[in-house]
Amino acid sequence: MEPLTNQILLENLTKKFGDSLFDIWEPYGLLTLTTTRDSLLPLLEYLYHDEYMQMNFLTTMCGVHYPEKQDAELGVVYHVHSLVHNVRIRIKIFFPIEDPRVPTLTNLYSTANWMERETYDFYGVIFEGHPNLIRILNVEDMNYHPLRKQYALEDGTREDKVDTFFGR
Amino acid sequence: MADIKNSISSNTGILSGNASGTIQNYGDHERELTTLNLGPTHPATHGVFQNILQMDGEKIVSGVPTIGYIHRAFEKIAERRPFYQITPLTDRLNYCSSPINNMGWWMTVEKLLGVKTPKRADYMRVIVMELARITDHLICNSILGVDTGAFTGFLYVFQEREKVYEIYEEICGARLTTNMGRIGGMERDFSPTALEKLRKWIKEFPAVMREFESLFNRNRIFMDRTVDVGPITPERALNYGFTGPNLRAAGVDYDVRVMNPYSSYQDFDFEIPVGTKGDTYDRFLVRNEEIWQSLRIIGQALENLPEGPYHADAPEYYLPPKQEVYRNMEALIYHFKIIMGEIDAPVGEVYHSVEGGNGELGFYLISDGGRAPYRLHFRRPCFIYYQAYPEMVVGTSLSDAIVILSSMNVIAGELDA
Repeated sequence: MEPLTNQILLENLTKKFGDSLFDIWEPYGLLTLTTTRDSLLPLLEYLYHDEYMQMNFLTTMCGVHYPEKQDAELGVVYHVHSLVHNVRIRIKIFFPIEDPRVPTLTNLYSTANWMERETYDFYGVIFEGHPNLIRILNVEDMNYHPLRKQYALEDGTREDKVDTFFGR
Repeated sequence: MADIKNSISSNTGILSGNASGTIQNYGDHERELTTLNLGPTHPATHGVFQNILQMDGEKIVSGVPTIGYIHRAFEKIAERRPFYQITPLTDRLNYCSSPINNMGWWMTVEKLLGVKTPKRADYMRVIVMELARITDHLICNSILGVDTGAFTGFLYVFQEREKVYEIYEEICGARLTTNMGRIGGMERDFSPTALEKLRKWIKEFPAVMREFESLFNRNRIFMDRTVDVGPITPERALNYGFTGPNLRAAGVDYDVRVMNPYSSYQDFDFEIPVGTKGDTYDRFLVRNEEIWQSLRIIGQALENLPEGPYHADAPEYYLPPKQEVYRNMEALIYHFKIIMGEIDAPVGEVYHSVEGGNGELGFYLISDGGRAPYRLHFRRPCFIYYQAYPEMVVGTSLSDAIVILSSMNVIAGELDA
């Protein structure tokens, strides 16, 4: 079997999803690309079920927030791995923060269940079709999504608080 | 009906049971399912998390895990911290093998910055990481023993962990929250005493390990409690994203050290032990075998420890020795710049993973060129294992649920981040 390379991987994907792939680059050797919300699930299903590539291991996924990107403020990053070929790919999607809907991957990967709950918890991304989309690490009655950039951590240099007791 | 409920509570002797109101028919009599809160502070949960189990007598019908009790917002905190200050966040993930987490983080930053570490530093890192893996597996396996009622093995190996901690102490001054690495290498060279202690320990430890194995491996009670308990197929394990010993016990030989060698693991000769059934017993055996393999690696690394510098020549990233800071103006400037987080990180994103005590520990770092990561995500193996727990315990008994959890080595610090 011919070893899978980033080149072949990209060719295969371009053939099928050429119109919906953007920002293709290879930071530190890892093929990275952005796709659209509609193509995400077909693309991952294709990678999963393709007999040659067998990219069926979802290593990790996480959210990311770029407040300055108009209509693409929120994003989700997936790292998928082919254990047979030992090749990884990083797939991203971006969408408006007003409409944070993403298809769930739980039917494809069981491991996506908690990862999606974590991303929902931190960024408020709604994974459509998720069987149990509730907070996982934070308390249930929290009414915001803390990893979004508008919730800055306390600034160590601020002077409007006198908190000598806390050693600052 | 109430009598049955009471007898379940008193027989198990664990926490409180309350009836859920679900009634099932069993021939000519009916009984209620019991809801059992296992955790969050139960010693057998190995940390702070909760399992709400639905029990039909001793049999588990369903389980709902709840986590997040010690969530410390690592990823958020990391977005305001310079690279060096993120180290203390990493060693609190899997606190049974802190150095692996630390080194994994340094290597991620080195990859981002393009710093190449010298061979001696790589070998030193390998030694420390393998020591950490041994202690991690020792604690996991010996506590599995405790959870099946065998306390002796735990006492034996806890002494050995103490000896390893003494070696850490000799290397860096700390025992649990180690911080012995730097961007570009190690903080200091191994002292002659550290090397001597290391050599002595790897010579003496095998005898204890053999004794430990002889206590458990063919022990009838232990085997009855673990063989065929909580098995997972390779397909399910992969679909659940299992890595590390838990995946290898299911028969998949995936090991980051071999698939994507880092820190000169390619120089060493070692095997990847795999199991066949993926049950609790296999997980135990795989961890034991990995301890032997780690010893092999440490032996080779000590034998072939290269001469030369123990850190890269990268003054803009490598924190200078304190004595230099007092005497040398340049060292003082670099020290100041590094401590104040003025390292110029290139814009980019990097994913780096290491074989942690529990499996693939990954760091995904997005840098926007600022002093702190724009986004840092930890891929934590425990977080991924634990979601498979309900599937693994359904149909087993409460006592099996305890050993399954124990054999998966779920550590709350890593689970909750």
